[in-house]
Amino acid sequence: MTDLVEVRPGVYHDSVTLMRVSQALTARPEVAVAVVAMGTDLNAGLARDLGFEVPPTTPGDLLVAIRAATSADLGEAAAELERQLATTGSGGGKARDEAPPRTVRSAARSWEATVALVSVPGEHAFAEALDAVEAGLSVMIFSDNVPVEQEILLKDRARARGVLVMGPDCGTAVVGGAGLGFANVLRPGPVGVVAASGTGAQQVTCLLDIAGVGVSHVLGVGGRDLSAEVGGRSAVQALRALDEDPATELIVLVSKPPAPEAARAVRDLGLATPVVAALLGPGEDDLTAVAEKALRALGRDVPEWPCWPAGEAPAREGRRPLRGLYSGGTLCAEAALIAGADTATEAGFVDFGDDAYTRGRAHPMIDPSLRREALRGVASGVVLLDVVLGHGADPDPSSWLAPEVRDAVARGVDVVVALVGADGDPQGLRAQAARLNEAGAAVFTSNAAAARHARRLADG
Amino acid sequence: MTLSMLYGEPRVITVGAEVLAEALDRQAVPQRRVDWRPPAPGVAASLARVLADPRRVQANATAVGRMLSARPMLTGVRPAREALGLEAGTFFHAGPPITWERASGPMRGALIGAMLFEGLAATPEEAAERLASGAGITLDSCHHHRTVGPMAGVVSPSMWMLEVADAEHGATAYCSLNEGLGKVLRYGAYGPEVIERLRWMGEVLGPALAAALERCGPLDLRTLVAQALQMGDELHNRNRAATSLLVREIAPAVVEAAPGRAAEVLRFVNGNDHFFLNAGMAAAKAAADAARGVPGSSLVVAMARNGTDFGIQVSGLGDRWFTGPAGVPDGLYLGGYGPDDANPDIGDSTITETVGLGGFAMAAAPAIVRFVGGEVADAVAATTSMYEITLAEHPAYQIPGLGFRGTPAGIDVALVARTGVLPVVNTGIAGRVAGTGQVGAGLVSPPAGVFTAALDALAAA
Repeated sequence: MTDLVEVRPGVYHDSVTLMRVSQALTARPEVAVAVVAMGTDLNAGLARDLGFEVPPTTPGDLLVAIRAATSADLGEAAAELERQLATTGSGGGKARDEAPPRTVRSAARSWEATVALVSVPGEHAFAEALDAVEAGLSVMIFSDNVPVEQEILLKDRARARGVLVMGPDCGTAVVGGAGLGFANVLRPGPVGVVAASGTGAQQVTCLLDIAGVGVSHVLGVGGRDLSAEVGGRSAVQALRALDEDPATELIVLVSKPPAPEAARAVRDLGLATPVVAALLGPGEDDLTAVAEKALRALGRDVPEWPCWPAGEAPAREGRRPLRGLYSGGTLCAEAALIAGADTATEAGFVDFGDDAYTRGRAHPMIDPSLRREALRGVASGVVLLDVVLGHGADPDPSSWLAPEVRDAVARGVDVVVALVGADGDPQGLRAQAARLNEAGAAVFTSNAAAARHARRLADG
Repeated sequence: MTLSMLYGEPRVITVGAEVLAEALDRQAVPQRRVDWRPPAPGVAASLARVLADPRRVQANATAVGRMLSARPMLTGVRPAREALGLEAGTFFHAGPPITWERASGPMRGALIGAMLFEGLAATPEEAAERLASGAGITLDSCHHHRTVGPMAGVVSPSMWMLEVADAEHGATAYCSLNEGLGKVLRYGAYGPEVIERLRWMGEVLGPALAAALERCGPLDLRTLVAQALQMGDELHNRNRAATSLLVREIAPAVVEAAPGRAAEVLRFVNGNDHFFLNAGMAAAKAAADAARGVPGSSLVVAMARNGTDFGIQVSGLGDRWFTGPAGVPDGLYLGGYGPDDANPDIGDSTITETVGLGGFAMAAAPAIVRFVGGEVADAVAATTSMYEITLAEHPAYQIPGLGFRGTPAGIDVALVARTGVLPVVNTGIAGRVAGTGQVGAGLVSPPAGVFTAALDALAAA
């Protein structure tokens, strides 16, 4: 038998609580007897009668006396004591006020979470994201307009805590089956995605889903992560994490062309899991080609990507201007590259999801008003648009876009839509396609195919 | 690296766009929404700097840890002259430093009363003239001298002080003896009965308590406060349980030490439900002082009002005060008094809120919920909202009605500025005219600007 006797000055618990704690300890098989009580003369005497060597105590001290068979048993009993004493202050959740927390810090203190999703205005995102990291939670920062020095600081603190910062300006993530931000409803499967581009990842994963291949996780890292300044801090962590994940058989890395030092950082990781890299830019595979490469790497067939051609258009004379009105930055860049958009002679391609357009207003996937105005301003030629489906996005984009398409076609404008979505998306991929197609648009599930088609139309 | 969020059921804290939260609801993902509101304009830049300070987390843990581990013991009762080296013509007062010119009615009344008590003037008029001229008069903040005082908080050399020693960190703090309610010096009254009572306190009460304490030994105030909280006190506007416990502790020793005076002494102490307040304040001051001077800490170590200004001090910012106009409390009034009779907020008793008592422990005191809106739920809401702006939960001070959760303790300037949630302060209300005394009691909000100013100073430090 071995004894533990402790006197803790100034620790107060009411006697009922302490009796309950004493009983719970004594009930444990390895504990012979336990006295946990305030250090009154009576209680100290009681412990001494039981054979404990009790030093002088005052009624303001907490007296702990435990006897167990071995010192290991005593250690377990002591741990249980701490748990019991901690529980007395936890309130058991019931009596706590139901008022919602005002900060992520407060939420994380009262509720067990695995991840935080921050979408407050960019200048305020740092505080909430730092709360998450300090609470040991990974965090997705949907917010844009977050200063780069704050991004670097968050990512460094996160690495030290063993958690991941996704973002800022991270549009999409799928973690353990939960879609965060703009997230398509994807089937579970073997492909893990690390994305410095939200819509780029959505295009790849939606095409994979159409081909019957699902994802394990999609970890966004933010559009700036692979810049020289940020140096791939989160991409490195995300790649390592997916490499550890037994559910991930193949990793797809989606990014705009990375800065050389960031490219080095992500390349030299020595991962066991094969990686298909989609580094978007001149001379690189487009997103559709990346999806096809991933399918082949998994030994799967590449299907015909669904498309819905427009009806017979009247013959047009000569070369016509081509406009791109996009909500997804990567989709916009890809389309411009493929269509060979000549910004000198054509009004060009606009990404309405860019920070410059979203300061103080919702993302164009939610608020279509700026794109609608731009579309109405197109008098002739060819217009290429993206429509991105999934949770968080416009619940029924065809409801505003189909009438605009009809009007544009009536003005003699050819409309081509890149429809990025999965069959599980709440908007209904095929229903949206059908409505836009009926209004006169050519609809493609591959953005690259849409861009090629638009180019052909514009070239006459 | 292993990323825990990839394994097990996702549980998401969301803050910001409702559309993204709804998207999670539609996926039936367990979610806790943050009720986020933008901070006051201009706060974001300072906030980001302060939050990014690599010292902050550890500094705040250290500072609040010291505050919560303090073990204040009531060790003695001594004249201010002796305990604080206070000289004739020097007066300490509540709140940040103030001049006679800027002093409010009750502060002036209390200073006049102290002049009369010390024999420095024969009439109130003469006292006021001498105080206005400033000749031979020194005013200073109690807080600069390890001291706190309720309401006007005026301390003069002949007043007897409760002496509280922090057994954990070794510091000492002081507070005057409570005079009772009604026409009393701390509320700015200076009539003959006020001065007479002060004399009796110096001649009878102080020495009797001092002798009793010598007999029964130091009194553990941390334990006493913890018990009083579980008996329905919040230790600022309700001290009935704590006072009763104090009487129980010292009565035998008073009888033994001062048999001839024991009855009047015990009758006085027992007849004043707020007698313990001053001991609790000294205990709070000792705990708050233990948290001072931690570089990088954004913990509030003093909130105090002088009847004109509301001021705070912050652990990482030395003895600097951040002040704003004191508000007029919202509360219940005695007899025929009303809000027009109320002086702006006054007193050092906000030291109780500084350490997580008073308004912060409102949920412990259902008997006085009328001060916070009338329902027990309002008291619970007041306390629970304070967890949003505090760094810790007190390990010893627990609230039975919240499942013995520790009181919200340790105000963080950054959290106040960020959430806009201001400390809930319980307070007595003094009449605005010198000599009136107490007119009511209620709640008051500190000026938000003092917290943002302190945040800016932390950002610049």
